[in-house]
Formats: sequence, C-alpha cells, structure tokens
Amino acid sequence: MTMQQEVLPLNGMARPDTGHYRGDHLLLAEMVERGSKVLDVGCGDGDLLQLLESRGIDGRGIELSREGVNRCVAKGLAVVQGDADTDLVNYPDDAFDYVILSQTLQATRQPRAVLENLLRIGRRAIVSFPNFGFWRMRLQLLVGGHMPRTENLPATWYDTPNIHFCTIKDFVQLCDEINVKMERAVALDLYGRPLRVNMPWWFWNMFGEQGVFLLSRAEKTK
Amino acid sequence: MVNVQSIPSPAIHPDERSQEADHPSSQVALFGMDQPLPLDCGIDLAPFQIAYQTYGELNAARSNAILVCHALTGDQHVANLHPVTGKPGWWETMVGPGRPLDTDSYFIICANVIGGCMGSTGPASTNPATGKLWGLDFPIITIPDMVRAQAMLLDRLGIDTLFSVVGGSMGGMQALQWTAAYPKRVFSTLAIACSTRHSAQNIAFHELGRQAVMADPDWHGGRYFEQGTHPHRGLGVARMAAHITYLSDAALHRKFGRRMQDRDLPTFSFDADFQVESYLRHQGSSFVERFDANSYLYLTRAMDYFDIAADHSGVLAQAFRGIQTRFCVVSFTSDWLFPTSESRALVHALNASSARVSFAEIETDRGHDAFLLDVPEFFDISRAFLQSAGKARGLTGTGKP
Repeated sequence: MTMQQEVLPLNGMARPDTGHYRGDHLLLAEMVERGSKVLDVGCGDGDLLQLLESRGIDGRGIELSREGVNRCVAKGLAVVQGDADTDLVNYPDDAFDYVILSQTLQATRQPRAVLENLLRIGRRAIVSFPNFGFWRMRLQLLVGGHMPRTENLPATWYDTPNIHFCTIKDFVQLCDEINVKMERAVALDLYGRPLRVNMPWWFWNMFGEQGVFLLSRAEKTK
Repeated sequence: MVNVQSIPSPAIHPDERSQEADHPSSQVALFGMDQPLPLDCGIDLAPFQIAYQTYGELNAARSNAILVCHALTGDQHVANLHPVTGKPGWWETMVGPGRPLDTDSYFIICANVIGGCMGSTGPASTNPATGKLWGLDFPIITIPDMVRAQAMLLDRLGIDTLFSVVGGSMGGMQALQWTAAYPKRVFSTLAIACSTRHSAQNIAFHELGRQAVMADPDWHGGRYFEQGTHPHRGLGVARMAAHITYLSDAALHRKFGRRMQDRDLPTFSFDADFQVESYLRHQGSSFVERFDANSYLYLTRAMDYFDIAADHSGVLAQAFRGIQTRFCVVSFTSDWLFPTSESRALVHALNASSARVSFAEIETDRGHDAFLLDVPEFFDISRAFLQSAGKARGLTGTGKP
C-alpha cells in the first residue's frame, strides 16, 4: 500500500447531514470546483445534481431507469436516459470538468472500461462505492456464512443490481493498473462521516463503509 | 355479388374547406413581391401568406414567446375550435391556462406551415400569377423552407428570440431545424416523437400514401379542383395507412381486438365487419373533409427530404456545435414511426455538442399519437422543462419579466 503518500486529505469538508442532502453527496459536491461542468453518471432521482446546481455548477446526468430520468427531468434537470456501460463511449473527450460515478460502479458490467471512459470524458472523475471490505460485510460472511446485506445495500444476492462489488483495496489496485492518479481519497463510516485521514489503508479498508476517490489522468510516464 | 363498401364521401363539401386556403379564419401575414421566401428548390416564392393563431400575451420584454410547430396533418388551430370541423384544437391538452404551455405565462404562436391548406400559401391556394389554384405548379417545399417562413413571420411580429420552440413529429422536425438554423433565436427546444432525418421506412409509408392519392381517378393529375372533384378515396386510403403507423399493435388490440362492428356474426362480405375497419374508414373519411390532397403530397415530401446532418457534412453534432439552447427530447416506448432510437441518436449528437439536454422516454402503448393524447407523465416533463428554462430566462411565474 504505497499509494497512501500520494493521497491528499480533503480540506474544508462540510459536516455530513447538513440540511436535507445526503452526507456523501455533500462530500462529493465539496470536491467539485464552482463554475465547472459536471456529468453525474447514474444520477438516480437527481438529488446530487440539484445540490450541484444550487452551488452554481453546470450539472448533467445519465440514468438507466426510466422512472429516475423522468423524475429528474420533471425537476428541470438536464438528464438523459442511458447506460453507463454502453453510452459513455458516445461522449467526446474532455467534455466535462468532472464526471461523477456515485454508488454506481458496482452495478456496471465493465467497471474498468467505465472508469477509463470517465477519465476520457472528464478531466477528473469522482467515484464513490460501497466498500465490501467493511468489517460488517466481512463479519456477515465469516460468521453468518451468507452474502452480506446492510442498510445501504439491502438487496438479496439474487435480485441485486450490484454485480461487481469491490473493496477499497481492490479499487486502489485497479487505479494503479490503469494508470489513474488518485488526487484525494476519503473513507466514510456507516453514517457518511469521513474517517480520520492519517490512518493506514488497511484501517480504511476495514472501517470505511464506502470509499470516495477524486481521480485524474496520470502522466504517461509510468 | 359480395357486398362492397368503400370510403364514404365527405360530409363537408371541398369548396367549404378550400375557402380556408385563401381566406383563413386566422390572422394572416402577407409578404409581397419585395419579400420573397427563398425555397431550397431554388425558387423564390412571392407573394405568399402565413396564417397563424396566437394565445396569451406577449410580455413587454418580448421574451415569453413559444412557437408551436404543427405535425403533418395539423394546423394553426392548436387550442380553439376548428373552423372547418368545429372540433376542439388539436393540442388543447397541452396549450391553455394552467396547461404545460400555459397561456397565462407564455405567448403561444402557431402558424400553418407553408405548403399547408389552412391559409398559408400552398398547392390549395390561388396562384396570383394565373388566378387559378396552384395545384402541382406549386414548388416543392422542405422543412427548412417552412422554418424560414416562420422566421419571417416572427420578424413581422417583432419577436427576435423565442423562449421556446415546441413540436411533435413533423413539428419536432421543425423545432430541430429552427434550433440548427437560428440557434441564437431559440432559448429552448422541446422536440417530441421526432427525428433529425426521415427513415427509409417512413419514406416508404409516405410513398404509399402519395401513390394512393395519385391512383384515384378523381385526382386528375392534381387539377381535381377544376373538375369539381376531390380524390377522397385515395386520400382516405393514404390516411388509413398512415393512421396505422400512428398507433401500435398493443393499442389497436386494446381498443378493438377482433370485436365486430354492430353485428355478432361475420357478413361474409367486404363490409366493415370489424370495429378496427370501421374506425379506420372513419379516420379516412373525416380526414378528407379538412385536408387537401395535393397539400398532403407536398408535406409528406417535405418530411421525406428532411435530414439535418446532410446539411452539415453528414455529422449531426456539427449542426448543434457550441449551441446554448436548452433541449428536452421526448420519445414514447411504443412509437414505431419515430422510435426511441431516433431520439437517442439526436441526444448523442447533442451530448457531443455539449448542449444542455434532457431526454425522457415515456412508457405508453399508444404509439406515435401519444404526444397528442392525455399522457400525464409527458405533461409533467414538458411543464417542468419549460418552468426551469423560464427560470433561466428570467421569466417569473406569470411569464412576465
């Protein structure tokens, strides 16, 4: 785990559970510079996009479910119906300042290709995902002997849309493999609060309920 | 001999309808010899006229105007009783006080397209050079020609920028053409159940309709008005075929199934035994009461020629490069005339142009015609899109700046 030194702490972070916005959404929004242009891939009901727009950020969205899209459009958001696995290829290079993939990576068919596309379309990518290395997940598998289910991931193994779970450790390895630079990394606890930054990776991987990463393209000199 | 029943003659005499072509029950903008309409076919059309209806009030800043573009067989009578049929306007569900296109907030304009037969110059109008009806002497017109004429109307009305241009089907084509041709004049675009180019299948259906009209002996090479006839059978068949494409298998089955019309047993004839036959014949015969056969030929042709990308080196995204207009694209799941894939291609091009675009596909079994029907989800999306665009435009809740 040599990556830790390259990961910078997140400054000036807002307290979670501010107003009616989700803690992890506030954290994601804090990572985005004002006045920038953002694509939210898998934007759901558009809560994060609304938060971004309220901060003067030009937000667009893609959502797979027709119901989600229609609710977003009915909120006046610029959202299109589409599939992260198949439709990201239609976006040109550098079309956005940031591309956000919030709690969606684990539901894609080809997470690696999706991640590569995020960093082609956007100059930076922000990815958040549930950490399958979280101690409660490990405990359920170890002691309970069944596929883990949590408040945030209540689906059973046979009806879950989440087909590519990973741990924070796995994700860091993937970033390394495809030559992605991690500008910031944060692990959130069960309540969406960030864990202390000066902890080793194994600690985050054990006690982080989800991981949030701000990524950019690494220099080609690997 | 087996009983045969063809499409009945229209109840309204063709003369009654043709009055509307020259002297419409609408406001008319006249353009003289000094203001010709340059057509894509190379001809300058002059003089010509545009018949239009307006609803609501233009605000002081002239910033709340919405242009509604009508579909192939629509006209400018969006939200008032139709002068020929006496029926309600074709989009009263969408346009009116408190409706998504709220006449309390917006100034709505709808003009009969050039080539139409409800008061804008077309083949059913009198050619001032000869004193006779244009008929097939009328030049071929295109969707860009229609839009160019509408732009001249807006100049006449003193409206520089449209708050929105809204249309479904052929109206959606015009809305897209408007945005591609005059991006600075269009603040937002609501394009419904349409495409940036007419597909081979759609051209094929149009050709079927045209051939049906031209095969009717009453068509007389397009000079039927001189013979005191109207090719109502040919035009009726064209309408029946087209109408099937506006519906869906599921909708037809739900509405009619195999049910019989006023009888329990088949008559063993070619009478309209099935309800669906009776319905189609009614669609055919009521259409010919209000529509001119030659106009149908011209307008279907205009749709066939439509291909925005072709005018931009074959690259659709080029047509919308750097565009600031806000788009909302809507398709319907059961629409097989303008399927969702066509809308998706448009959305991809708009994304590639970095345009601000929303795209919703509405689930319905009602086919292409869904945009004219009571589909609440579609209304919600249209309303929200216009409201959020209005906010960006600085329109207040009442549409007054």
